[in-house]
Amino acid sequence: MNREEIFEKLNVVFRDVFDDDSIVVNDNTTADDIEDWDSLEHINLIVAIEKAFGIKLAMKDIVSLKNVGEMVTVISSKIS
Amino acid sequence: MLKELEFPFDPSFLITQKKKLKRKLLEGSLPDSAESGSSSFVCKKIAVLGGVTTDDVIKILELFLLNYGIKPEFYESEYNQFYQESIFPSSELEAFNPDLIYICTSIRNISAFPSLTDSSDYVDQLLLSEYQHFEEAWSNLQKKFNCPVIQNNFDPPFFRLLGNKDATDLHGRVNFVNRLNQKFAEYAQKHDNFYICDINYIASDYGISKWANPHYWHMYKYPCAVEAIPYLSFNVANIIKSIFGKNKKGFVLDLDNTLWGGVVGDDGVNGIQIGPEESEGQAYLEFQNYLKSLKDLGIVLNINSKNDEQNAIDGLNKSSGVLKTDDFIVIKANWNSKDINFAEIATTLNLLPESLVFVDDNPVERQIVSSSIKNVSIPEITEINDYITVIDRNGYFETTTISKDDVKRNQMYKENAKRIALQSQFTDYKEFLLSLEMLAEIKSFVPLYIDRIAQLTNKSNQFNLTTHRYTASEITEISNNKKEYITLYGKLKDKFGDNGVVSVVIGQMENDTCYIRLWLMSCRVLKRDMEFAMMDALVKCCLDRGIKQIYGYYYPTAKNSMVKDFYKTMGYELVNTDPKGNTTWKLDLSKPYSNQNHVIRVED
Repeated sequence: MNREEIFEKLNVVFRDVFDDDSIVVNDNTTADDIEDWDSLEHINLIVAIEKAFGIKLAMKDIVSLKNVGEMVTVISSKIS
Repeated sequence: MLKELEFPFDPSFLITQKKKLKRKLLEGSLPDSAESGSSSFVCKKIAVLGGVTTDDVIKILELFLLNYGIKPEFYESEYNQFYQESIFPSSELEAFNPDLIYICTSIRNISAFPSLTDSSDYVDQLLLSEYQHFEEAWSNLQKKFNCPVIQNNFDPPFFRLLGNKDATDLHGRVNFVNRLNQKFAEYAQKHDNFYICDINYIASDYGISKWANPHYWHMYKYPCAVEAIPYLSFNVANIIKSIFGKNKKGFVLDLDNTLWGGVVGDDGVNGIQIGPEESEGQAYLEFQNYLKSLKDLGIVLNINSKNDEQNAIDGLNKSSGVLKTDDFIVIKANWNSKDINFAEIATTLNLLPESLVFVDDNPVERQIVSSSIKNVSIPEITEINDYITVIDRNGYFETTTISKDDVKRNQMYKENAKRIALQSQFTDYKEFLLSLEMLAEIKSFVPLYIDRIAQLTNKSNQFNLTTHRYTASEITEISNNKKEYITLYGKLKDKFGDNGVVSVVIGQMENDTCYIRLWLMSCRVLKRDMEFAMMDALVKCCLDRGIKQIYGYYYPTAKNSMVKDFYKTMGYELVNTDPKGNTTWKLDLSKPYSNQNHVIRVED
């Protein structure tokens, strides 16, 4: 799966979790860009990502994420 | 009802789709919404006091409760403030005035465990101080709010310092947790209105190492893995719906490959698998024993099977099975479509179809029933060895109190069947009623019946004029306030048996007027003139107190159209109809009132 495909799949996850079909994420998207993305919703996002990609994210992966671009990098390293 | 919210559910689906699901539940995209709409929800205020993060626990709990027809309004304590909010004045919580409190804690809230060098006295002290911390919180809350409290017990430790000895040695965490849980259980045994959510079992059932994955505690301060939260919330929802009287009441069961292996019509009585001889028969026997135990709890059993009736009866009477024809109230073994049989069974029992659980191994039959009858619970069973688990985990019959009436319910339905048989011998209905030799006891509420009265206010839907729901503590308060309220319960027995408490009336007095806040009757005693006996009693109470007029109200719901003209029948005059169809009725007591019941003898 290349970055573009990951983005595509990730976008579906974001729309599901935040229940908002207008969301389009890119490399620079952060929690500030999505209204409902607080620390609690972040947990659900992680669970949904793990489920969608069939991966488990470690604590250090999760705490170091700064934006969606980094998220894609972590996902990419886990599935390859 | 959403299938997605019945066991077995997909936990990560619920977590990620919870917003969509909530919208679906509220918007009324429920199949029955056209009729019942959102007004059929019972609204309850629930305070969740956490020792852990409770955000998702609450959000998922909300879904399950909505699915049960309960619309919760939540109060959520700040993180780990459960003790402070219970002990110290909390103006916010007081203003919220909860109908129910849930204390969500876990093993992470135990402040100190024994260390290996502690004396046994010291360990006892430690245990007591951990326990008292909680007991203090509970008794304070019950004093302040007088409402049901649900408390998690403790989940097992995720490691065992002493290995297997951890369970037996006083210093072991496993031992310590088990002793604490035992003390919690003892408190629950001694206190009404206090319920344990057994997360010790839930965690074990889920798998302790997956449940207790420390990742979720260290990252988010969740008591368990995020994907385990739906199982926790589901259990809490089941306790809550049971407290508010929303349990299922009975089963409608298929026979072939449901209660025994094989097809009795093809294989013959000797060919069906039931009994201790070989493994398949043993598995079915275990299932029959499970159903029989539920029956002893007051769950009614009925048969809905495509069979010649004689074959069905022969199969049931096979000596190696435990369920006999006597264990069932209605047996429908014929070649009719199962949805038709199902509806007839519900009618015969005077129960709403949605209070019955349909168990059938055949997905096609399940489909037929679920598509033509709304809101019936139909567990997705696949093979005999998962029948019990799937039914059990759905919590249809979650028990919060065991009332004497529950245990006797089967007998009552049996007696009703006899009454119906007797009725057919009479052409004159009044003659029939007189032949029943009915005797009623109609009195003000007494403590003995408080639980039953509260239960009735929560589960009576059809013969219920206002559908006000009350908790046991509210009923107690009302019954103690004799200045303001007239309360009446009615018990009815006849020559076939005792129906127990079947009717409840609450009237609120203001000057010389009495307003009927609640009037309900169990459908068990429909068309027995019990309502007339109750009205006679109410009028007498009112006259004794110098009341000049009585006002009665009818608030229509999806289920209570049978009492639309109740007050008219009782001789009241209509004084108001509002746009929603709510009607107000008045009885003028300055005019002479003559008793309307002529068939029931009422005890003094």
